[in-house]
Amino acid sequence: MTDYASVQPAAPRSIFEIRELSKTYQMGEVLVEALRGVNLDLHEGELAVLLGPSGSGKSTLLNILGGLDVPSGGQVRYRDRDLALFDDAAMTRYRREHVGFVFQFYNLIPSLTARENVALVTEIARDPMTPEAALAMVGLGERMDHFPTQLSGGEQQRVAIARAVSKRPQVLLCDEPTGALDAPTGVLVLDVIARVNRELGTSTVVITHNSVIAEMADRIVRFGDGRVLSVDTNADRKSAAELTW
Amino acid sequence: MSALDRKLWRDLWRMKGQALAIALVVTCGVGNYVMFLSTLDALSTTQVAYYRDYRFADAFATLERAPESLGRRIAEIPGVARVQTRVAVQVRLDMPGFPEPVAAAVVSLPDDGRPGLNDLHLRAGSLPAVGRADEVVASETFAAAHGLVPGDRFDAILNGRRQTLTLVGTALSPEFIQQMRPGSMMPDSKRYGILWMGRRALGQAYNLHDAFNDLALSLYRGVDVEDVIDRVDDLLRPYGGLGAYGREDQTSHRFLSQEMEQLTTLGRLFPAMFLGVAAFLLNVVIGRQVAMQREQIATLKAFGYGNGQVLVHYLKSVAVIVGAGVLGGIALGSWLGHELAAIFTDFYHFPYLDFRLPPAVVAEATVASLIAAGAGTWLSVWRAARLRPAVAMRPEPPPAYRETRLERLGLKRWLSQPARMILRHIRRRAFKSLLAVLGIALACGMILTGLFQRDTVGYMMHVQFGLMQREDLSVTFTEPTAYRSAFDLVALPGVRHVEPFRAVPVRYRHGHLDYRSVVRGFEPGGDIQRLLDTDLRPVALPADGILLTDYLAGLLDVRVGDRIVVEVLEGTRPTREVVVAGLVNEYLGVSGYMTLSALNRFMREGPTISGAYLGIEDGALSPLLRELREMPRIAGVAERRQEIRNFHRTMDESMLFFTYVATVFAIIIAFGVIYNNAQISLAESARELASLRVLGFTRSEIAYILLGELGLLTLFAIPFGLWLGEGLCYVIALSMQSDLYRVPVVLVPQTYAFAATVVLVSAVLSGFAVRGRLDRLDLVAVLKAAE
Repeated sequence: MTDYASVQPAAPRSIFEIRELSKTYQMGEVLVEALRGVNLDLHEGELAVLLGPSGSGKSTLLNILGGLDVPSGGQVRYRDRDLALFDDAAMTRYRREHVGFVFQFYNLIPSLTARENVALVTEIARDPMTPEAALAMVGLGERMDHFPTQLSGGEQQRVAIARAVSKRPQVLLCDEPTGALDAPTGVLVLDVIARVNRELGTSTVVITHNSVIAEMADRIVRFGDGRVLSVDTNADRKSAAELTW
Repeated sequence: MSALDRKLWRDLWRMKGQALAIALVVTCGVGNYVMFLSTLDALSTTQVAYYRDYRFADAFATLERAPESLGRRIAEIPGVARVQTRVAVQVRLDMPGFPEPVAAAVVSLPDDGRPGLNDLHLRAGSLPAVGRADEVVASETFAAAHGLVPGDRFDAILNGRRQTLTLVGTALSPEFIQQMRPGSMMPDSKRYGILWMGRRALGQAYNLHDAFNDLALSLYRGVDVEDVIDRVDDLLRPYGGLGAYGREDQTSHRFLSQEMEQLTTLGRLFPAMFLGVAAFLLNVVIGRQVAMQREQIATLKAFGYGNGQVLVHYLKSVAVIVGAGVLGGIALGSWLGHELAAIFTDFYHFPYLDFRLPPAVVAEATVASLIAAGAGTWLSVWRAARLRPAVAMRPEPPPAYRETRLERLGLKRWLSQPARMILRHIRRRAFKSLLAVLGIALACGMILTGLFQRDTVGYMMHVQFGLMQREDLSVTFTEPTAYRSAFDLVALPGVRHVEPFRAVPVRYRHGHLDYRSVVRGFEPGGDIQRLLDTDLRPVALPADGILLTDYLAGLLDVRVGDRIVVEVLEGTRPTREVVVAGLVNEYLGVSGYMTLSALNRFMREGPTISGAYLGIEDGALSPLLRELREMPRIAGVAERRQEIRNFHRTMDESMLFFTYVATVFAIIIAFGVIYNNAQISLAESARELASLRVLGFTRSEIAYILLGELGLLTLFAIPFGLWLGEGLCYVIALSMQSDLYRVPVVLVPQTYAFAATVVLVSAVLSGFAVRGRLDRLDLVAVLKAAE
């Protein structure tokens, strides 16, 4: 186990370079140290799975990568630009143009239909797909005018994925995308994520505490107590359909 | 429409009840503002136009008698633009089919064309023909009150001689927008009218050929009125000048100005209250909305929406709610303004009233509403918009509760767990709870302001006509008369009791302050006419000195013991100093009081009276009025019951209109505040309450926790609101002070009870509405939903 996870033979181009990243925040009256000096590179076009128990810091890292949060210390470079130096407007532009997000609880706007939830993003993106195309991609072409409450959990998550990829982001960040779903539905959702990664070439990071999901990743990053414990390349990458838990 | 705007409309639709409540409150505020201010604008533009078009004079003077040539000398005073010399007299009329004597002012019209100043606006018929001594024009209201049309005839007693007059026209005049009989409390167009007659004809009747006893003049722009008045006084002094005065002291103009000042005060007070409540409601509702959509905001931002876009999104929903309220308010305000303007057109006898919706008023109302809305919402929306998405995504840290002081004082033992929850919840949201109390209190107070006028009018009537002026009739002679005339009255059938009085027109002076009014003298210890102090204890007439209405003392800035100058405006016109011996409390009118004998001494005259107050036997009124009508020396008769009716009518027209409007508005506020608060409480505690249900609490038990808080706040708010309301009543009463009347703040227990009941009923109904939703609470859904 080397200290710098990037030191690997014939390293591909990095999309993120993370150095000595730390993050602390106040939670009520408690000071939480979420990240304690993380070093990690993520590569263009890969599907990386971040594994770890809850509270290990993986969501915090994902939030910082997605420009949702700022680090307390250290460096995050996105294609030669230091995210820590972004001001609020630059951060907003970064999220708008480069990043797609998928959350555990879908975070759909309940007052908007599937199509409108996607349109929310396509309306402000630079080179988006149509909401219809994005929804067709996740297999929801038929249910576009349903409100979130009229959709099952899996369908809602697929809408969320359609919403995230409709802007053709460079990075797709998924925070426990199957956490609220049963296994067969989860597999369906993972299949969509893998397809986006493959067909659009979007660099994809999936957070999970379900180690089975790691089997579909290019690389597996294990997290614990705010640090990277290990980074492993998955020689035997499985398709989502082959996964069971 | 963008997806974000769709979300906006659907969010609004979901909170339609609350949005509607807020919009209604804004509607009330804007409606009030637009109503008052557009009416005010209509009144003042009409006044300006009317004064200009009909050449309302800038200064006036009355005198005994001066040769016509003096008019030319007055015209030479620098700054004087135009002079109109006139003959003006008070006469008695006998109207056909009307048993009581009627008084009128007769003013001359030039024989050679229209008046150069104070021109008439003819409503029907024509001006008197030159040389026709029997033709008159009457004020339109007077003609209408008696159903007179051109061609009708009636008798007048001109300078002691009965003469039949023919009505040839009806008219309005800028000089008599408000037609008040001198010394009377309220307008009464049946018993007092204005007549216009040819100059030569009227002059002949009063031995004023080539002479005048009344003067109106206009000034060039920018000329100092006081300066001209002094010079006019100098010229008129040898001719029995009673003192010239400017527009400010002209009866009709003065009352109109006071009414307009009142409108201005009310026009700002009420809207400010409503917009304050709207700001509070928006703060609560939008604050809650933003808190509930914390995650949605985070999601929007995660996908690249900027702070500004999020801010605009929420401010748009505020704008929609407020905008709807403003539009409604403008519509309501212009409708009510029309109604109010119609009341005023009638009350003030304008030839027309230019009612329009001034763009400035609409703009002010809109801007004020937006400022209120911004004040109420900006902070919570701005905070939400600036929240870092990752922070917004995390649930809000659990609220930090602590034991309340009440519990630490040792009351804890007696408080059940739910009671402790209620107390701690209120304590944690101390500021919000305080705002809620304030909102409910404001509604409660507003109901008081709506009703207090009714209570007060009742009280004023009781004091004025039940305790002070207790006569059945008051009779005025055409001129000061020997005391023994009172005995003639005693001898009339049906007369039980007579108390003679003397009334002398005077000008009170103290330092540079002066005020034209009357001194009344009557015999001490009288049963009918009594004077009271502020505690309603009878005040004895002093052997020496004068008693003043407390309001007059204020106008002259004098205290008991000060000396004032009293300039008599009739007869030999003595000017003397007297000591202010005391003050009396009067709600209607303004005067000074002396004993009859002291006033006679003051006037250097023998026992003289101007009239008498009569107590009469039941059923004696009609024959007595007929009898009095036949007595030529009687100028006028005022019936107490009639005065009461006049008073009520004036009050109904000008004041009580607001009462109903204010009460309805207050109820809307009470309901809006309480309902919204209940909704918010429910939204905030849904999860907690659902958990309790899961633990086995019954619906009633959790309803107790939710509604208990609301109830507690309401109970706090009511006494506070009653107190606040009293304060507001004082502000309104102060703004209504005028020479015509002073309004005491009187609130009867039933009014307090009514205000408290309205608030309680609103609370209970809101409680039921929320209870319904509480009963339908979907336990699983609430508990499963991510916070």
